[in-house]
Amino acid sequence: MAAGQSFYQTPSSDRHSGIGAWLLTTDHKRIGLMYGAVILFYFFVAVVLGLLMRTELMGLNTKIVSAQTYNALFTLHGVIMVFLFIIPGMPAILGNFLMPIQIGAKDVIFPRINLLTWYLFVIGSVLVIISLFAQGAPDTGWTFYVPFSITTHTGVTLTVFAVFVLGLSSMLTGINFITTIHTLRKEGMGWMQIPLFTWSIYSTAWVQVLATPVIGITMLLIMIERLFGVGLLDPSKGGDPLMFQHLFWMYSHPAVYIMILPGMGIISEIFPVFCRKSIFGYRAIVAAGLAIAAIGSLVWAHHMFVSGMSDAAVLVFSFLTFIVAVPSAVKVFNWVSTMYKGSIFMAPPFLFALCFIVLFSIGGLSGLVQGAAGPNVHIHDTHWVVGHFHFVMFGGAAFAFLGGLHFWWPKMFGRLYDFKKAYIGGAMLAVGFMMHYFPMFILGLEGMPRRYYAYLPKFWALNFFAGIGAYIMVAGIALIFINLFLSFKNPQAAPADPWGATTLEWSVPSPPPLENFVKEPAVEPYPYDFAGKAKKLKATGD
Amino acid sequence: MSNHADEKGARMGMWFFLYTEIMFFGGLFVLYAAYYHRYTEDFIVAGRETMLVLGGLNTAILLVSSFAVAAAVRAVSKSSSRTAILLLGVTVILGLIFLFNKYLEWRRDFADGYYPGSDKMASGPVGQSIFFALYFTLTGLHALHVLIGTGILAACLVLTAKRRITADRMSFMENSGLFWHLVDIIWIFLFPLFYLLL
Repeated sequence: MAAGQSFYQTPSSDRHSGIGAWLLTTDHKRIGLMYGAVILFYFFVAVVLGLLMRTELMGLNTKIVSAQTYNALFTLHGVIMVFLFIIPGMPAILGNFLMPIQIGAKDVIFPRINLLTWYLFVIGSVLVIISLFAQGAPDTGWTFYVPFSITTHTGVTLTVFAVFVLGLSSMLTGINFITTIHTLRKEGMGWMQIPLFTWSIYSTAWVQVLATPVIGITMLLIMIERLFGVGLLDPSKGGDPLMFQHLFWMYSHPAVYIMILPGMGIISEIFPVFCRKSIFGYRAIVAAGLAIAAIGSLVWAHHMFVSGMSDAAVLVFSFLTFIVAVPSAVKVFNWVSTMYKGSIFMAPPFLFALCFIVLFSIGGLSGLVQGAAGPNVHIHDTHWVVGHFHFVMFGGAAFAFLGGLHFWWPKMFGRLYDFKKAYIGGAMLAVGFMMHYFPMFILGLEGMPRRYYAYLPKFWALNFFAGIGAYIMVAGIALIFINLFLSFKNPQAAPADPWGATTLEWSVPSPPPLENFVKEPAVEPYPYDFAGKAKKLKATGD
Repeated sequence: MSNHADEKGARMGMWFFLYTEIMFFGGLFVLYAAYYHRYTEDFIVAGRETMLVLGGLNTAILLVSSFAVAAAVRAVSKSSSRTAILLLGVTVILGLIFLFNKYLEWRRDFADGYYPGSDKMASGPVGQSIFFALYFTLTGLHALHVLIGTGILAACLVLTAKRRITADRMSFMENSGLFWHLVDIIWIFLFPLFYLLL
């Protein structure tokens, strides 16, 4: 093998070539990119579903789709976005590709299990699609609340089985990543030398391992209920639907931290690089990430304030919800403080990171409104909630993902994209985003419920306005990805370190060679030492 | 990459996996706790109908089999593969006897109408029906684990006979043993919850 030859030219098991070199690979980079291809495909599908929904809502009496189709649309939009895009997106694509390089390892500890998770993911996702056509598209919403989910005649059994398989994939990825970070760190890399993106992947992996089995058993219970009718969740047979909600949210609330924590890690990488300044409060960010993972596992019942829990439970969960906002705020404070007196260097990843701060802050603060026991009763199940979680999941997680994609794109593919188009695409996305989701807060406060096919005439103007925002947003997404894909036509190869960053992945060629490192990596005592890097560059006269 | 890191990693990964199994069953234990709280009287009445003798026998079987697995792992590490094969054989047979007992038990339960949806349950208090719903869900999932565990240990037996598991290459064996102990431990909790209720 020629030194420095990229992993694209060297299959990870040399017995295979062509498509087999991808489908039978154990190379974490190839697996990451394979995840990328599948996940982006589903992302685009779900975007189209969402756009259809909002187009339907733009007119007061439009009948683009039937009411039943509308129910299927929001169910699938939710299931695909949650289980096939945001949960696996950052850990499985960027985490897989970058985490081993950031800790100076040649691969993850269980490369074959890593490939297995990809297959489980693909099988699960195909089952989701089959469940659409088998017995009619599921119409329960992505939350599968009982008793409706055990009585509806649509193909829910298959959908929840698909979620079970996807959960297995996510859980095995979590086990793989935790073990890798524990056992394969380059000698000299103590816990306080780990780059923050890897730290965030570590916290995320813990949530994946802790919480995912609970969704597994919950989905299994729905299947058992639908197939055998044992009555554990069926109120007519003595079961309690509230128990389903508890079990469901015991996973699904921590799951929102699976979605956002890696995003926070990406932002923590982007800020120091584009401010040319060490990250403010490295230890505080690490601790906050772990605290979010821990406390975030204890707030699930704030989804159930109006489901008939005791007042004592409502108060406890409301209190814990406020507590979990503290570490998130610590992180925002640290990122913003990193900019202070930094030497800011503007590039598309940084634009996405800045948008993230604004949108995530709005999302986080609106979450506190919901977490308070009183206002929650007023806005529960209204469009406010839809606005809130899109600000966090899309404005937060997806913007971070796009930021990370622009940040590491030259590393993954060895090509830089056009900056101008990236700026325009990012700006369109941000503006469209605000136009689209901000009106939902107002609609929700005025009482427009979520998941309704038709609404009162007084809600028309804002719905129409939001629809325009949706189109601008989708145009922005299209431009962003077209621009990224056009970079393949760029004849000029990207340098190893186009941004002047300090973590290990930038010390290897773009794209990296098969086992990541050309020569043994040297671990710095501190991962964000820009002064040290500048000194070194000066010494070598570079 | 050294073999040493691989083994350490494999063991650590296995422990994380066992952890997920506990969370998996944990969800059902939460259901048990909540419904026991609500239907305490019904649970006690229904709990008398499960077959204590077979349940007790199965507890003894699993405990002995767990010992046999632990001894088999030790035997492999001491390079006495003949003893290991014998002990693994004992474990596999015990696992199969456990499943057979389970079958006898369930056959009786179904014949006597102790299952959710039977006429007997439909006419009785709902709490009893919930008890048996939990009983079948939990012991059923556990039996599935016994089945998988027996299969894995049978594979260990074959691999040991083929010298693919030796004192230097025993992480698969060790991890299979750990899995079997987990299956055992879960039963230790199921047994009192379904058979020893007063």
